[in-house]
Amino acid sequence: MTRSPFLTCWLIAGLTVLYLPIALLIGTSFNASRLTTQWSGFSLRWYVAMFHDTALMDAAFLSIRIALVSATIATLLGGIAGFALARLRRFHGRTLFAGLLAAPLVLPDLLIGLALLLLFVAAERLTGFPQNRGALTVVLAHATMCIAYVALVVESRLASTGTTLEQVAMDLGAPPFTAFLRITLPLMAPALLAGWLLAFTLSLDDVVIASFTSGPGATTLPMLVFSTLRLGATPILNALASLVLALAAGALFAAWRLGRARKY
Amino acid sequence: MRTLFLAPLWAWLTLFVAAPALLIAVIALAIPADTVPPFRLALAPDALIQALTDSFYWHGFLGSLRIAAISTLACLAIGYPMALAIARTSARWRGLLLAIVILPFWSGFLLRITAWIGILRDEGYLNAILSAVGIAKIQLMNTDAAMFIGIIYCYLPFLILPLESRLSSADRSLEQAAADLGATPVRVFVHVTLPHSLPGMFAGLALVFIPVTGEYVIPELLGGPSSITIGRVIADEFFNNNDWPQASALALILLAALVLPATIARRAPRGGRI
Repeated sequence: MTRSPFLTCWLIAGLTVLYLPIALLIGTSFNASRLTTQWSGFSLRWYVAMFHDTALMDAAFLSIRIALVSATIATLLGGIAGFALARLRRFHGRTLFAGLLAAPLVLPDLLIGLALLLLFVAAERLTGFPQNRGALTVVLAHATMCIAYVALVVESRLASTGTTLEQVAMDLGAPPFTAFLRITLPLMAPALLAGWLLAFTLSLDDVVIASFTSGPGATTLPMLVFSTLRLGATPILNALASLVLALAAGALFAAWRLGRARKY
Repeated sequence: MRTLFLAPLWAWLTLFVAAPALLIAVIALAIPADTVPPFRLALAPDALIQALTDSFYWHGFLGSLRIAAISTLACLAIGYPMALAIARTSARWRGLLLAIVILPFWSGFLLRITAWIGILRDEGYLNAILSAVGIAKIQLMNTDAAMFIGIIYCYLPFLILPLESRLSSADRSLEQAAADLGATPVRVFVHVTLPHSLPGMFAGLALVFIPVTGEYVIPELLGGPSSITIGRVIADEFFNNNDWPQASALALILLAALVLPATIARRAPRGGRI
């Protein structure tokens, strides 16, 4: 039984609708005119304007720094969590552990943002730390948000590889820690990389949690885009979106090529 | 050894997940005040009572429910055939098709909203096409319709991915057997394909429904004044009215409304399964 023509048409139509807005946006980003629908020639002026927009560039670099740090923290903690869930079958408080871990994954961003802001305010009053909110509090919030995603990727990777290799290593006399270092960790590596990338993207894309947990002086890129969009879209945002999309497509293509290269 | 290994994680989860959840409950019981931060600790149920009885907040909760239900069903109607089509593609192309579905998701969702604003705004592409064929301009920005388009567009991949993964794991020989025994394609779908896909479908539905109930950015940017979600109400209480206890009380109720059904469903004895 093969795919029916109806399904094929539906898929093509769906993907067209998925990409049409993006195609129009990329086209518009090269339009010299400020008016969306009036083509007045090919131009890179919005890209030039974007790189000269210091507020936007500052926000972009802040977002990248926050994403780098929070993705790294989330990968360390999420890697441990994923390993624990996949390999330590029973440990004290496993259900509570899994529940706490999954909470940021399933709850709306708004609740996570509000709850973490209340925590930071309470902590500041009680201990004086974190003094004022800013990049640091956003990093802590984003790391918390992303741990569960990394754990999920690592857990499913370890569950699919099985424990045979580790058993063999230990049967051949490797101490458990050596077996972990030489067998389990390399098995986890692709999942850790995928989890890190996912966490990096999620952090870079988040506006709600950052809006709650950031303070004056620390405006991330999505926060800036959101406040700009409230006043109306600008051609610079079209250029920014096209650039981000090109980077994402490049990364995805590279990942796909790497995956193919390993297989053959 | 195990305890030591997991200690940093327990500490992090307690501090950044359990403690904040408790704090929402503590501050929901506080009294608003003209201080920094704007509340005084108390055991006052005022904000909670207000959240449960005020018709304005009820509109928020019901509005969220309406928007989440409509968006989820629309995503299902659009996404199910897409997921099925991808699942029935040869393994060679499936990865590429999935990447194509995921790629817009990587471009940042605010930027995808930007793309739709370019189409829907008064002097955007859609109105340019309409006026070119001689139809009067329509206002789409800041309406329910624009908001639904934005939500469905942004959340569709969340429905397709788990559903596709479940559908592609199906044993095709069962469908083949049903067809060989004379079942029409519709019967094969209803009795074989659909029941098998249910776990993936429910995962996808939850991945759309739950975040949409708390959604505040898309209704704010594309929706109109009537596109009220509880997410918007909470953010409004918090950022504009500076009423932290009221925002926390509403958040607490939303939290309970989302967590309790899931917990009960997990505890309930499962009929027909061991």
